[in-house]
Amino acid sequence: MTAIRVTAIPTISTRLARLPWGLYAAGALVVLLGLAAIAPQLLATSDPYALDYPAALQAPSWAHWFGTDESGRDLYSRIVYGTRESLLIGLGAAGVGIVLALLLGSLAALAIKPAAVVVDRFVEVMFAFPALLLALLLIAIAGPSAATEIFAVGLGTAPGYARMIRGQVLAAKNSGYVEAATALGHSRARIVRAHILPNALRPLVAVFALSVGQSIVWASSLSFLGLGVAPPSSEWGALLDAGRAYITQAGWLVVVPGLVIVAVALAATTIGRHLQINLEKGER
Amino acid sequence: MTLTSSSRGVAAGPAVEPAPPLPTSRRASRLRIVALVVARKVAAALVVLWGAATVAFFAQLALPGDRATVILNIRAGQAQQRTAAELAPINAEYGLQHPVLQQYWDYLRGLVAGDFGTSYQQFRPVTSIIGEQLGATATLSVTAILFAWVLMVVWVTLTAGRGSRVGALGSLVDVVAAGLPAYWLGIILLLVFALGLRWFPVIGGTGVDGLILPALTLAIPLAGFMAQSTRAEFERALDQPFVISARMRGMSDWGVRLRHVLRHASIPAVTLSGWALGATLSGAVIVESIFSRPGIGSVLVSAVNSQDLPVVVGIVTLVAVFYVTANLIVDIAYTLIDPRLEAS
Repeated sequence: MTAIRVTAIPTISTRLARLPWGLYAAGALVVLLGLAAIAPQLLATSDPYALDYPAALQAPSWAHWFGTDESGRDLYSRIVYGTRESLLIGLGAAGVGIVLALLLGSLAALAIKPAAVVVDRFVEVMFAFPALLLALLLIAIAGPSAATEIFAVGLGTAPGYARMIRGQVLAAKNSGYVEAATALGHSRARIVRAHILPNALRPLVAVFALSVGQSIVWASSLSFLGLGVAPPSSEWGALLDAGRAYITQAGWLVVVPGLVIVAVALAATTIGRHLQINLEKGER
Repeated sequence: MTLTSSSRGVAAGPAVEPAPPLPTSRRASRLRIVALVVARKVAAALVVLWGAATVAFFAQLALPGDRATVILNIRAGQAQQRTAAELAPINAEYGLQHPVLQQYWDYLRGLVAGDFGTSYQQFRPVTSIIGEQLGATATLSVTAILFAWVLMVVWVTLTAGRGSRVGALGSLVDVVAAGLPAYWLGIILLLVFALGLRWFPVIGGTGVDGLILPALTLAIPLAGFMAQSTRAEFERALDQPFVISARMRGMSDWGVRLRHVLRHASIPAVTLSGWALGATLSGAVIVESIFSRPGIGSVLVSAVNSQDLPVVVGIVTLVAVFYVTANLIVDIAYTLIDPRLEAS
């Protein structure tokens, strides 16, 4: 009897074994990035700011894993030291985007009729501007800086997420349990607080993970255009921007930071998708 | 992901059995209903465009400081206090002495007449600045969409519904391609095909061989996005009765895939057309910068750098107009071919 019980309940280790390998890779990368962001000196092989002109523009080797830049600085160490700023910008932008989207999305779904229609139209108008262009518009007004970059990317991605949240809130609003709560005579505020928001917002965890990956890509695009964080910083987009000038002699200066960004974005997407699927399963 | 909207036009009507051939009176009533639905969609699109113009106008007001001083400083390239005498011609040129509401009204009237204002820096109408550059970007954008369709159709037809191994590889490639940042993909293509293999010129120019790599840079992620929705539809369509009947008639697997399944499966990708146009036009900002191509993208980047807001706002608004118009056309095309409409 007990033996059957033991096999019937999946233990943590069997549940872990069932996870796809991609998720392990993504998780490992996140741990590594967290470490690089908190304690870069543990991972870096040399001082990211140490100039060494004789060693300028060296291709990747055992001494310099990702090669060196035009001043002989070790690219690997620069990427490690750039992690904190890159992740903070990505997380910040995703946070700004989600908060804006949450505000607009729930207003569009829950506010009284005329206000909801106005907010809904406003979201639709913002959605007509591609994310990158909306971000560029804000940068043109506020001037390029890390803070502008965070708000610009957040603003750019918010309309899409606002629509998603509006849909989820509406679905929760029209569900059976809300109907039941209304029939029980619960107040509107209580229904929204106790039933609609918790159910509509659960998927947001997954959306946030997806959004961090996207935000890092958008933010580095802005830096790449020279409209975000400026080159002396070793933020990944700024590394790309600085490396562009040497693309014919030293391709790795652009390829490697780009590869890191792609890997991070993929990891965030993998984790986000997995959360999404699991949360959907939980709802069924 | 920004794809949520585009499919909304598809599921508009209630699911009703297709009606038998219509007598004339019912055909007339269908025409009236279709006209009504189309009119409503056009009106909604106009409201969105009006909103976009309003956002564009107030974005120009948002520049911190006195506007005339800002404009003069942007022209001169240096920040300093200006005298009233210096500011007067600027105020007159941009109509800044009027109250904001009148400026707004004048701006809207100008937009309708095709006047996007005057550049702060270049002393020229924004429309002529954009007009010179739009052709190059439009060519890039349309070529990229064409490439994306070819890549997507070939890849999905080859890999969809071929067992779990190939299918998993297929969708993995879709996801990775869709997630590739344009700047990185562009640089890899540049390094491999222009600097390494020397098949294409490094600096684009506007010729045909300068167009291939920039267009591919935009097309590959776009193909990944479209393939994700097409693949799901493709695999669903492979199990449909009409596919089984086609196979029973002795049609080959390739015939079934190309003649029947693909036509069904490409519908969701068609609805993404408006989004694809917006995505390629905004992606042009990055691609034109990588390949040193002329176009509205590179104009936009330099205008953002110099805070030349009329140019920035003009380009952003124009892309929004393209996006809304393309979506409207797709939406209307749907309304016209949807046989379920007469029932509602």
